[in-house]
Amino acid sequence: MAEVRRARRDVSCEPPPELGYVVPRWRWAARQRAPDERSSVAVPCRSTRLLVGTIASVSEPVIEVVGLVKRYGQIEAVRGIDLDVRGGEIFGFLGPNGAGKSTTISILCTLLLPTAGTARVAGIDVEADPGSVRGRIGIVFQDPSLDDQLTARENLEFHAFLYGLARAVRRQRIDAALAMVELSDRASSPVSTFSGGMRRRLEIARGMLHFPRVLFLDEPTLGLDPQTRSRIWEYLHELREREGLTIFMTTHYMDEAEFCDRIAIIDKGRIVARGTPTELKAMVGGDVVTVTSADPQLAAIEVRRAFGLEPVIDDGTIRVEVQDSAAFMPRLFGETSIPISAVAARRPSLDDVFLKLTGHAIRDEAAGQVDALRKFGAAWRGRRR
Amino acid sequence: MTEHALTAPVATPRHVDIRGASLRAVYIIWYRDVLRFTRDRMRLVVSFAQPLLYLLIFGTGLSSSLRGATGAFSASGLQYQQFIFPGVIGMTVLFTSIFGSMSIVWDREFGFLKEVLVAPINRAAVAVGKTLGGATQATFQGIIMLAFAPLVGVKLSFVGVLELLPLIFVLAFALSALGVALAARMRSLQGFQVVMNFLMMPIFFLSGALFPLSGLPAWMTALTRIDPASYGIDPLRRVALGSGGAPASVLDRLGLSVFGQTLAIWTEEALLIGFGLAMLGVAIRSFRHRD
Repeated sequence: MAEVRRARRDVSCEPPPELGYVVPRWRWAARQRAPDERSSVAVPCRSTRLLVGTIASVSEPVIEVVGLVKRYGQIEAVRGIDLDVRGGEIFGFLGPNGAGKSTTISILCTLLLPTAGTARVAGIDVEADPGSVRGRIGIVFQDPSLDDQLTARENLEFHAFLYGLARAVRRQRIDAALAMVELSDRASSPVSTFSGGMRRRLEIARGMLHFPRVLFLDEPTLGLDPQTRSRIWEYLHELREREGLTIFMTTHYMDEAEFCDRIAIIDKGRIVARGTPTELKAMVGGDVVTVTSADPQLAAIEVRRAFGLEPVIDDGTIRVEVQDSAAFMPRLFGETSIPISAVAARRPSLDDVFLKLTGHAIRDEAAGQVDALRKFGAAWRGRRR
Repeated sequence: MTEHALTAPVATPRHVDIRGASLRAVYIIWYRDVLRFTRDRMRLVVSFAQPLLYLLIFGTGLSSSLRGATGAFSASGLQYQQFIFPGVIGMTVLFTSIFGSMSIVWDREFGFLKEVLVAPINRAAVAVGKTLGGATQATFQGIIMLAFAPLVGVKLSFVGVLELLPLIFVLAFALSALGVALAARMRSLQGFQVVMNFLMMPIFFLSGALFPLSGLPAWMTALTRIDPASYGIDPLRRVALGSGGAPASVLDRLGLSVFGQTLAIWTEEALLIGFGLAMLGVAIRSFRHRD
């Protein structure tokens, strides 16, 4: 039931009818024939509301991964992971760079073969029948994969042809996809004139063009400005509502993972936790209190003595988890003699969960460097021509 | 279109028909290459610079210094520029074919290849589409080179031009397939330079584009005979110069022979097609490979 509530909350408004969504009739037909098949519907908003519960509560797994291992020579990038992603959910695959996220997604997208274990997407084994898997998935890669010299529309037409979209559907679907990502007015501009955010939006439009069952996104918001990032999240939620698409995405932005229905946290090739963001945050007891002190060592000893808590020292601050921060703070000042320069209390975030589970913070400095490299790459790409 | 779109009957049974999808894929991959080619006006213009340099400057210079010299060539009654004219067409085709197919490496570097490789199509379609795309560009460039025939005094008849078209295309196909087979394995743009220096230039120099392939030292004779371009440039020369009125005896003497046998155009074309198909096979195997 929680999922239904969640889904409802996410339907923020009546989507304007001029989005012109095509109702893929074959999906209706499929639904009538096989009631156990996950409902995949794109309908005007009023009925969407009624159907949200149906979409979110059907729990047949769309992605099933068992004991997946990928080795490159001596290096074991993925060390035996299990996953199950249900129909219609937004599943977040969370972890630092180099944790094995992209490798896993490449295996699920049939680009790499697993060393051991099995992976099924939409009920089909990725190793045995990659062709059928490819027809049922859409992918937004981590690095741009558009043709710069073609226009936005031409890129989508190329894709529609490649996926065998019938002529009758092609044009409408392309128009609808462009409208969704707000690029209708730039349809005839060459992609080389697009900003990074526009390119990413176009790639999302392309990924959903052929009515896939699952949309894979590898770091879809990497290197984008906050406004574009939030727009991209709106598109993803909209897609889920309208088309019943299952979305599988990787990210190393902890704050973004909160928008997912369920999350798996991966570190060094292993899954360390999985659940809804709420469940994961419940693993951190109560609130997180951060104390900034001139002498963090002393502060840690004092907190341990006075409250029996186990603080984490982190660069001039100590961090403790408490049940009720409002009650804790007066006692902190009253019962200890720590030289405190600042105190902050907040609800736990997924960063705290990650820190608690792995003992290290998600490596943001490294991520920053990768971002910078990517930006450089993008700039270089923009200059070439 | 808004109301219309919401109610329009759009039925697409989505059990992917791989064979039909693959034909469409060949078409769209080919079409994209051609579209990019026509957009890239700069490249179109620049790509004529080199052949024209060979034809006009190199050709004229060597022609002047060869005047009165002895050898297989001087007694033929042909000007040197006329002799290399079909060779320069072959060179244009060679360079355009290899460059065209090397766009695979470019696509890999800039991510676009992934879009093609995750599509529900037979990977063979990628190799075929790219080969045909490269061959189309090269054929087009080769045909445009024909326009320079009057410049060097080669008279082409209308029938001669019609005969040259399939010959140019077969050469373009064979060399594009070679390029695709190489590019399919190449993981970075660095390899491109290697291919340029150690493959394209030798193929060009050994192809008989610039000098007759008779009376050479044995080791070089052997190398010229394994150069696929030799089998494409010889027919071009026979038809282009033959239609301009050069006697068959002269052409035979300048032409390609293997173990003392002068090859018929049909034999040469069959060899080229066979080579092209073999390379295509290699390319398809590479594309089908998954790590």
